[in-house]
Amino acid sequence: MKSIAIIIDNKKITTEIGKTILEVAKENGIEIPSLCWHPDLDVKATCRVCVIEVKGKNCLFTACSTKVEEGMEIITDSPKIRKARKINLELIISQHREECGDCVYSLGCELLKMAKEYDADFQKHEDRRKDFPAYRFGPSVLFDSSKCINCRNCVEVCEKQGVGFLELEERDNIWEVVPSKDPKKDCIYCGQCLVHCPVGAFEAIGEFEGSENVLTKEKGKTLVVQFAPAVRVAIGEEFGMEPGEDCTEKIAAGLKQLGVDCVFDVCVGADFTTSAEVEECVECIAKNKNLPVLTSCCPSWVKYIEFYEPKFIKNLTTARSPHIILGGVLKTYWAKQQNKKPEDIVVVSVMPCTAKKYEITRKELEIDGMKPVDFVLTTRELAFVFKRHGIDLKKIKGVPCDNPFGDPSGAGIIYGASGGVLESAIRTAYKKLTGNDFPGLKFEAVRGMEGIKRAEVDMGGRIIKIAVFNGIGNAKKILEEVKKNPDAYQYIEVMACPGGCIGGGGQPVPMTPEIRAKRAKGLYNIDVSKKIRKAEDNPEIQKVYKEFFSDKEVYEKICYTKFSQKEKEN
Amino acid sequence: MVFRSIILYNIDMEMNIIEKLKIAELKGRGGAAYPTWMKWNLVKEAQGEKKYVVCNASEGEPGVFKDKYIFKHYSEDVINGMQLAMETVGAEEAYIFLNKEYFELFGDQLKKIIGHLNIKLFKKQGHYLSGEETTLLNELEWKRPEPRLKPPYPVTNGLFDYPTLVNNVETFYCVSKIAKDEYKKTRFYSISGDVENHGVFELPEDWSVKKVLEEIKNWPKIDFFVQVDGGASGEIFLPEELDCPAKGNGAIIIYDKKMTDPMQLMRKWAEFFVKNNCDKCTPCREGVYRLKEMLDQDKLDKKIVEELFFAMEETAFCPLGKGVSRPFKSLIEKLKL
Repeated sequence: MKSIAIIIDNKKITTEIGKTILEVAKENGIEIPSLCWHPDLDVKATCRVCVIEVKGKNCLFTACSTKVEEGMEIITDSPKIRKARKINLELIISQHREECGDCVYSLGCELLKMAKEYDADFQKHEDRRKDFPAYRFGPSVLFDSSKCINCRNCVEVCEKQGVGFLELEERDNIWEVVPSKDPKKDCIYCGQCLVHCPVGAFEAIGEFEGSENVLTKEKGKTLVVQFAPAVRVAIGEEFGMEPGEDCTEKIAAGLKQLGVDCVFDVCVGADFTTSAEVEECVECIAKNKNLPVLTSCCPSWVKYIEFYEPKFIKNLTTARSPHIILGGVLKTYWAKQQNKKPEDIVVVSVMPCTAKKYEITRKELEIDGMKPVDFVLTTRELAFVFKRHGIDLKKIKGVPCDNPFGDPSGAGIIYGASGGVLESAIRTAYKKLTGNDFPGLKFEAVRGMEGIKRAEVDMGGRIIKIAVFNGIGNAKKILEEVKKNPDAYQYIEVMACPGGCIGGGGQPVPMTPEIRAKRAKGLYNIDVSKKIRKAEDNPEIQKVYKEFFSDKEVYEKICYTKFSQKEKEN
Repeated sequence: MVFRSIILYNIDMEMNIIEKLKIAELKGRGGAAYPTWMKWNLVKEAQGEKKYVVCNASEGEPGVFKDKYIFKHYSEDVINGMQLAMETVGAEEAYIFLNKEYFELFGDQLKKIIGHLNIKLFKKQGHYLSGEETTLLNELEWKRPEPRLKPPYPVTNGLFDYPTLVNNVETFYCVSKIAKDEYKKTRFYSISGDVENHGVFELPEDWSVKKVLEEIKNWPKIDFFVQVDGGASGEIFLPEELDCPAKGNGAIIIYDKKMTDPMQLMRKWAEFFVKNNCDKCTPCREGVYRLKEMLDQDKLDKKIVEELFFAMEETAFCPLGKGVSRPFKSLIEKLKL
């Protein structure tokens, strides 16, 4: 990269050619307000709030789309700039119906922050969209178009996901975001629209009017809450903590304070999933049946396959996802142990995900007519309820999760990051097939935030080709590859969200690559701190297998599922 | 030897034509008035596996109809100009981007003239903005009709990311005339509104608007004002301000001052912009909407109007958005509204 010298607000800066003014300003701690700009997305320059002046030029430029040039002198604050930002903010505000008390941007609403900074008048124009509709996508995502500011980030991210369900349609001569009527397009509930919307026009169903009820104990019932790996390294952000900080015990303490009877860890469920999945996977590979095996713990990915690529349904591993298995174990094995009726146990899963709200509505997951999990809350919803009850995670003293399902292996922890499911499976399968531990119990090649990761493992003489994808857009490419060459891979992990579940649609906003990387690092740190690093070594798992899963019928019922082609639902 | 002589002929010809365009001082006739020879040279110099030539015939603003006239009378010259462009910049493929009406009217006739040449007709899907060249390229690629970020410019990254020369119908006509040494520095004026002689007139490009109107016996006897460069985005001039040549696309619209309701006129413009802008950027989408809202309610808040114009001029994404204020501002100022 060619190095150049520029000046921003009288500060001399050396930077590289090819970067935008906004990027250079951010790198140097100079704040330029912006709404539509997002590091995951292309520069669209639609909101026009990041305007700046360039010395010697008459008009204003948008910092997000203007590249730096040698000798450029940039001014980021002047009466002219302030005037332009204020007017554009007032125009944006007049198309956004404010509902600040019930917004996913609980702490960090950029629009509100800017409105204050630039003294924007909320009453200048009447709300253009006050009567615009709200669209509901399954039991997962709500798009309230009366809050949309037409930045089109959602449309772009939905396209990037390879889904294209959100589109533009002309309504009263203005192109507005709408769900597609195309019978070949449907929402996969990943919630990436939500985490890329700068103004909270998207929310999970239930956010936040229904959140508190779910965690309010009903008389005579046992309220059990289990939370997913990715939740513990992100929820702290809602309380001003750093992304990646481990809040496992703080979450347990907060839930106890809310009156929850038992708090369990979905990572233990992940240990069950790993065991069940490896069993199936080893068999498929040995028999060369239904290869490549595709992971199925991501419900958005499953919905994608069922709707867009049904011919790959047979490749999905039928092992149930972690919170579903654990929910099933709780309502059967544990209920018996505790002398409780299954119908008196309410299982709530706190997930980093909007699609998990959809997953629990799947009929085929029922065990003798009983739902393994009754409710799903997002990470944001749990934070909301904590705050409502004056519980500050930053200050609260942590307590361990309850037994017997409160202490996972390290392998269960890393499920929350892209590559984690596969690494957990490899740790178990490698031991099973070679008799040894996977070298260092660290599978570097599948870790990290890249969208596509490929590797080969020597499993005692047989080379297994594996691939890890995050983002459905990337997964689409792999399916094309597999269609051409069915032997290209034997085992593929796919997570719909960038970075895996840590970047899920139920996680705190804002969400950037940096934040995702820190959350993932948090999980790997916890993994290393665990004495037990492989799923099958978890004594709680061993106990259930011995005492309960010896009955093959019970085992099948609780740990495995099936999939079927889906019609358009939205 | 025959082969070599063809190459020599081509080199000779292309040196000639770009040089000739330079000498003729031809500027783009779509409105932006970029020197044609420079654009041709940029595409010629640009590196690319492939190159394209595109003729912009998306003409769609009220009061602008000179491209229609040119197709009616001089289609051969337009195609000839395009062919010269293809040979000169090294493009094997070209498109004529026609608005729906022109596609119906001239499609067959153009196909006949095109014959075996690799020039394809493309029917516009209905968007004024595709007059803006990057919007037009998006439409040609079946993408959403909205402008692209610049740079990169179409001369290096145009249609399907290949170097692309986009010129207006009239520009290609002029190129043909220049190549044949028949160019007399004329341009086509679209004349409409409250005058006797409507129509398109080919007259010297350096004539003042006043002279144009006088020569074609169109100087109104009534009190009037004119709009130059398009019946929506054109600027308003009073009779005493017409000593300069017409800019942009050469459209001149005459309004009877007594009979024209300025609020109604502005409503018409606002309606046009609301319908035809791309809605991509905040100031143009919301600014035009608010302007129309105020006009519909028949009350223009001077302060808000000034703010909206400021935001559009300073921060709109594309030239259309930046230019929205021009007709309104000049009308308000000159009619002292």
